[in-house]
Amino acid sequence: MIETKTQRSQGAARDPVCGTTIDPAQAFATRTRGLEMLYFCSERCVQQYDREHISSATTGVSGTGQLRRIELAVADLGGQQGAKRLEEQLKALPGVWQVTTNARARLLRIAYDPDKTQVETIVGRARAAGYTLAASTTQLDIGGMHCASCVVTIEEALKATPGVLAASVNLATQQAHIEYVPGLVDRKGLARAIEQAGYRVRAESVPAETALDRTEQDRAKEYSSLLRKFWFAALVSLPVIVFSYPQFFPGLRDWLPPESSALRIAWAFLGVLTLPVMFGGGSHYFTGMWQALKHRQANMYTLIAIGVAAAWLYSSVAVAAPQLFPSQALAQTFYDVTAVVIALVNLGLLLELRARGRTSEAIKKLIGLQAKTARVVRDGTEVDLPVEEVLGGDIIVVRPGEKIPVDGVVLSGNSSVDESMITGESIPVEKHAGDEVIGATMNQTGSFRFRATKVGKDTALSQIIRLVQDAQGSKAPIQRVVDQVAHYFVPTVMILAVAAATIWFVFGPQPTFIYALIVFVTTLIIACPCALGLATPTSLTVGIGKGAEQGILIRSGDALQTTMRLQTIVLDKTGTITKGKPELTNVVAERDFDEDELLRLAAAIERNSEHPLASAIVEGAMARTLALPEVTNFKAVPGHGVEGEVEGKHILLGNARLMTTHHIALGRLVAETQRLADDGKTPMYVAINGQAAGIVAVADTVKDESVAAIAALKRLGLEVVMLTGDNRRTAEAIGRQVGVDRVLPEVLPQDKAHEVQRLQLEGKTVGMVGDGINDAPALTQANVGLAIGTGTDVAIEAADITLMSGSLAGVVTAIEISKATMRNVRQNLFGAFIYNALGIPIAMGLLYPFIGVLLSPMIAAAAMAASSVTVVTNANRLRSWHPKGTQREKEKRS
Amino acid sequence: MSGTNILAMVIGLALIGGIAWFFWGPRKSGARAAVTSSGYKEAMILVKGGYTPDVVVVQHGKPVRFNFRREETVTCSEMVIFNDFAKSAHLPTGETVPVEFLPEQPGEYEFTCQMGMLRGKLIVE
Repeated sequence: MIETKTQRSQGAARDPVCGTTIDPAQAFATRTRGLEMLYFCSERCVQQYDREHISSATTGVSGTGQLRRIELAVADLGGQQGAKRLEEQLKALPGVWQVTTNARARLLRIAYDPDKTQVETIVGRARAAGYTLAASTTQLDIGGMHCASCVVTIEEALKATPGVLAASVNLATQQAHIEYVPGLVDRKGLARAIEQAGYRVRAESVPAETALDRTEQDRAKEYSSLLRKFWFAALVSLPVIVFSYPQFFPGLRDWLPPESSALRIAWAFLGVLTLPVMFGGGSHYFTGMWQALKHRQANMYTLIAIGVAAAWLYSSVAVAAPQLFPSQALAQTFYDVTAVVIALVNLGLLLELRARGRTSEAIKKLIGLQAKTARVVRDGTEVDLPVEEVLGGDIIVVRPGEKIPVDGVVLSGNSSVDESMITGESIPVEKHAGDEVIGATMNQTGSFRFRATKVGKDTALSQIIRLVQDAQGSKAPIQRVVDQVAHYFVPTVMILAVAAATIWFVFGPQPTFIYALIVFVTTLIIACPCALGLATPTSLTVGIGKGAEQGILIRSGDALQTTMRLQTIVLDKTGTITKGKPELTNVVAERDFDEDELLRLAAAIERNSEHPLASAIVEGAMARTLALPEVTNFKAVPGHGVEGEVEGKHILLGNARLMTTHHIALGRLVAETQRLADDGKTPMYVAINGQAAGIVAVADTVKDESVAAIAALKRLGLEVVMLTGDNRRTAEAIGRQVGVDRVLPEVLPQDKAHEVQRLQLEGKTVGMVGDGINDAPALTQANVGLAIGTGTDVAIEAADITLMSGSLAGVVTAIEISKATMRNVRQNLFGAFIYNALGIPIAMGLLYPFIGVLLSPMIAAAAMAASSVTVVTNANRLRSWHPKGTQREKEKRS
Repeated sequence: MSGTNILAMVIGLALIGGIAWFFWGPRKSGARAAVTSSGYKEAMILVKGGYTPDVVVVQHGKPVRFNFRREETVTCSEMVIFNDFAKSAHLPTGETVPVEFLPEQPGEYEFTCQMGMLRGKLIVE
């Protein structure tokens, strides 16, 4: 802690390192210990002292009585005002000596006395004041934990570590979840604390995304095991088919005549051969059935297992004890059914598994976007670190063509960044100091340094991944119906199979026993609960993933389904249709005055004003590369405007009241002002030396793509409503300009939700598009709330759908995705229902009395395998979907 | 109608009744989740052809943590979904995956696999 010379006490002092007595005024350096001042004779002594005592942001080590300094990154400092408020809040804490904030770098530096206060208290106070500190959370896998008391020991060890804010240990998962301040402790420090408590820390714990990887690995394992089982069943099927029907094979026909003992021996051999097929190649059907039966549930495995087992048992009885059958013709075998059905259904499962892997490709792509390493400045040198080790507050260097590793704020340098992977917006974005950058986006031309604000699971990308995963796991309302059907489906099929077999046995033609068996087995096997169960989730996974690729985050299956049904779309004007920031639009000069000159003087005087419209005029002048002269005698007249002297001229800028007060005749400018106001602009009069000189007008301008997007929405058959706080005249002017159907003017911010409700009372399904922060109640009230956001500030939590690109075109795409996905879902469900509704009655032999058609169990197995593969393949068709609405509109315009 | 036929019909009807009762009949009440040191209502749920236990009783307003452990490789059960709480989790084989949420309203909620074939019930008191 380096002190200023004025604070030094008088008199001689002893260097605490070498013991030399020195004059404090001559000391090389000073440090404080508690309230005591220490003086050092030389650089060597002070360095040695520092090594032993001083704390630094990266080590967090400090001696007692020593002031400790920490740096904390704050995610939402809220500009200079917010920074000041936070400083005041923290300074009020006892033991906090010094607080400085850097609003641009969003960094908080605190010096505090560890004897009097804790980091936890400081962090707690900052959080209570509404700030988000970039604290990190991590998970560590712990080994050697065997009892519940270990949990407490480890938690306490962690909590006693400086910098740890919270720690919870889960015995079941053998994991510790730790929230910590990155500057004070790191993963190594946390691991050391656990090890000192007597436990082991296993290698790097993996973040949540890799649960998907492991699911993938499981699938791959399942795939290869199924593949083996398929080949085994298929190979065994060949001899089984041949020997089951020797009459079709010339050489065998004579050797194995019907009802001969040679044939019985051959069949007995087949019975033994198919046993390993059933319990090896088809083992999963039996274990699956057994596990489900224990829960009094039934699934596809139950059907297949009962089917093939029934065929095998019948055959084996026929071989072992043909005398039990009333006629020898009945003593037939169906070993071929057992082997072939298992082979075919395994093949179906294989194909389905492969196709299902592709449905989650979008999320794999998102996960793959994550940068692997970051070039971090540590102790003044640049080091390449794995991205997991980047801490909130680190300074990171990005070179041309590199990926930006985490979210942050640019400190220095300029560049353009391709953010299309996150926002779906293809045009690169210019970045300067103070701008936000998003992790996983691609730096293009320049190089820059930025400070990490969000790392690990807090980055925009991680949040997107989590959101998409959750959404893909959610259910669309349509699926609740399907779920109910699925609940009754399998037992119903079993009941139908028993009923059909009984009816065939009692009323069917001879040999009734064989017909009953065939019908029973076929009905069980043709039924495909998988096609029903897969229909909705697979399409949803693809559709939501497709949205994420386009920068559209759909929160749930519910939102996806409702979006399709929207009838009215309400657009908040400011920030949604318009840029949300005023721009200079018109400069009108009176005769005898030059337009540029007028603007130059107006901008010069407005440079001193703090009015939000003023900066629009200044920026407008800058855009015309006008040099702005100095202003003297500047005066703001609240409610009227501003006045001042520029280059010896007296300038007035403001509304009509200001001009009237100064008795300035406005003449034809009044009509001009009226015209500009009618167009929704804000005109201001400029007077030079007591004479009306002209008008400058500013307006919140419409985003380039808004008109096209609104036209596309109308073409989709939606009623487009604009909601604004502007007066009716202005609102209607803008409404005309962008082509909305209806304008709701003069709506106070708190009444937005009410207006949405009014539209709903008209019987409409309403979608509300807003910025997600001010419009949260209206977004919630609407049937679907769509939040428009850019960069890392998106209020992902606030809305059903988040449009990362910040463009209205995303609304059109979202509706198109919803329609395409739900169409796909309906195709799948229709296919699955029709398949079962036709297949099961045919298998039961309903057609037999009319056209004599009865299915073979093997055809049933092929059909069943094909049906579930078809469903997944149809869902995969969605992957090639592309948005078209706005594209067409763009082409029309160009 | 011959005796065999009558016997066949009786057996058929008995089987149908048996299937209906077995799968749709009344079930026994479920397990009660225990409170652990962390303040969560915790329950360990085994995923193997179904959920064991498949009925779990918790109290409203108390955070709940279900630790799912999947001990099979069939892909049917690779995800668990709590649709009413907008929660879902991938369940890699042989790993324990915690799912946490806060049931605020008493009532009965379902948790299912991604295809709705495996079902469990959460009773919030």
